[in-house]
Amino acid sequence: MSKRILLGTVAVLLVIASAYANFYIAPLERTMGALQKIFYFHAASAWAGMDAFFVCFICNLLYVWKRKPSYDWVAVSAAEVGLAFTTVVLITGPIWAKPAWGIYWTWDARLTSTFVLWLLYVSYLLLRSLIEEPDRRALLSSIFGIFAYLDVPLVYGSIRWWRTQHPQPVIMGGPGSGLEPTMAKVFFFSVLAMHVLMIFLIRERYLLEQTSSEVELLQREAEAT
Amino acid sequence: MSRLSNTTVLLGKELRTEFRSRELLTTSAVFILVVLIMFSFAINPTAEESRAFGPGLLWLAILFAASLMLQPCFLREQTNDTLSSLRLAVSDPFAIFLAKLIANTCFLLLTELLMLPLFAVFYNIPVLPQFPLLLLILFLGSLGVSTAGTALSAISAQARMRELLLPLLLLPILTPILVVSAIVTVKLLDRDPVVEWKGIGFLAVFDVVFLTALWLFGEYLLEE
Amino acid sequence: MPPTALRFDQIDKRYGGLYALRKVSLEITAGECVALAGRNGSGKTTLLRIASRLVRPSAGTLWFPDAAAPSAVRPGYVAHSTMVYDELTAEENLVLFARLQNVDQPTARAEALLHELSLFDRRHSLVRTFSRGMRQRIAIARALLHRPSILLLDEPATGLDPFGFAWLSRTVCELSASGCTIVMSLHGESEISALATRAVRLDAGKIVADTKSGESLHSILTFGGD
Repeated sequence: MSKRILLGTVAVLLVIASAYANFYIAPLERTMGALQKIFYFHAASAWAGMDAFFVCFICNLLYVWKRKPSYDWVAVSAAEVGLAFTTVVLITGPIWAKPAWGIYWTWDARLTSTFVLWLLYVSYLLLRSLIEEPDRRALLSSIFGIFAYLDVPLVYGSIRWWRTQHPQPVIMGGPGSGLEPTMAKVFFFSVLAMHVLMIFLIRERYLLEQTSSEVELLQREAEAT
Repeated sequence: MSRLSNTTVLLGKELRTEFRSRELLTTSAVFILVVLIMFSFAINPTAEESRAFGPGLLWLAILFAASLMLQPCFLREQTNDTLSSLRLAVSDPFAIFLAKLIANTCFLLLTELLMLPLFAVFYNIPVLPQFPLLLLILFLGSLGVSTAGTALSAISAQARMRELLLPLLLLPILTPILVVSAIVTVKLLDRDPVVEWKGIGFLAVFDVVFLTALWLFGEYLLEE
Repeated sequence: MPPTALRFDQIDKRYGGLYALRKVSLEITAGECVALAGRNGSGKTTLLRIASRLVRPSAGTLWFPDAAAPSAVRPGYVAHSTMVYDELTAEENLVLFARLQNVDQPTARAEALLHELSLFDRRHSLVRTFSRGMRQRIAIARALLHRPSILLLDEPATGLDPFGFAWLSRTVCELSASGCTIVMSLHGESEISALATRAVRLDAGKIVADTKSGESLHSILTFGGD
């Protein structure tokens, strides 16, 4: 129990600290001003989300290979946490875009790819909710998860090479825009904070899934007799 | 070579079953037709707009039709548990998938070719001049749709609400096909046609990735 | 001592944590005709499906004599469902499965079986038009196409009329006499169960009685009821 509290406290403290750094330590950006500061949450969340989905992918492969239920529990936890972070990305994008460009959405390569990614993992969770038997659910959703993750580079490639032909407003500067040193430090601190938060959330969700699986098993045993 | 002969035999079965009833072909063809007509009611495009949007709408219609057409793929095998007898009879379970995805690609392609003249007429886009390349794009796109669709059909057949589930699983996965096929087709059918070989190559890559994934993981989809 | 046809070694089968079979060990010698008895849900179907290799056990092993080439052993399997295509004709179905299994002269083999099963005149009819008895016959024909040395039957008499039942009884008798190893799950006693050389009863996924341990065929087949 104490390990959980420790991790949780560290995660929360890091997030608060990075928010503080974000607002008070990072200098104001030349053109965007205070609005640009959303970038720290937006980009750090995107990074944490992608890493969570990567964890899900690895667990999917491990489950298909080893068939240990705990791999499946980590997979679903990582998928949900990844989805949460991705939702943050999809919300902060338009929040930035409206005052900056006057429009909520732009078919910017990264934002669009992120949206498809979001849809893929919503489908993953939806699939899981529609299969009752735990082993089947784990196996089938793992394979779908693998297909979905293999699709991600294809989605990104197709949108980047064929969808961003017209000059588009790019969310928070293109890949080439550099970060001034203090900003870079604050950014990497945000990334660290988001990742620790991600690990904490995945672990909590995993413990929840473990308990819920045990309850489900007891229920099914009771129904069987 | 047993897998190859198994695939051929099963492909024969899939084709024979479909050509006897023609259910999938007729429903898909009518569906695409209805969607194309509905689109032009909703959008009422000018000639230039037709040329710009038409191909994208055609591909969208193809994707929707496919997600309906792929439903029975594995559901049919559940009626009399013929999936079990197939699994017992074949030496390699991938043969089952290969036969079905080739059959689905054929059905999809056939439906598209049936719809092409109507598409050309409704949207005022001449398709004959570029027919060979158009056929290539339709083939590569349909192969990708069928490969992913056959795999996901095997998954959704084992879940509840499968009619609703298959499109929800399939359409996000097929985003790359939609994006690339639409643009490549638009460019091909433009007044000054441009052949986007990079796009055609991309479609081929998609097909290879999903064929490989299906080859690696397909047997697990059929496990009990 | 006749050779072993197949052997279950400490087989477990779990579905999401629930045990369908628990530490089942059973050795079946070639030529035996084994009746599997037990209530619904006792694990008979699961055991047969594991023997047919459709289902992988969660633990334990299934052993066949040709262990070096396990895929070479293909028991014939007849389940609750017919496992044939309604939208194909009887002949098309049998030729399909014969071809898939690389049976020599698939059409000739299919026709021979159709003759034996008195289905030859209906060979060009869609299976959809068949009666229950006829469907059962084609289901068994499908299982026999590759001349298996082991035949697994899951409640084969269900839904059969007296004519079909008599035919099934004769078929099991003939197959057993020709040396085929048969494992069939049954309910209660009948002419078919009388053909069994051995009976085993399952309860809640475990073997609880075996004629090999001295109990009588009668008590195994009737104890517990359904």
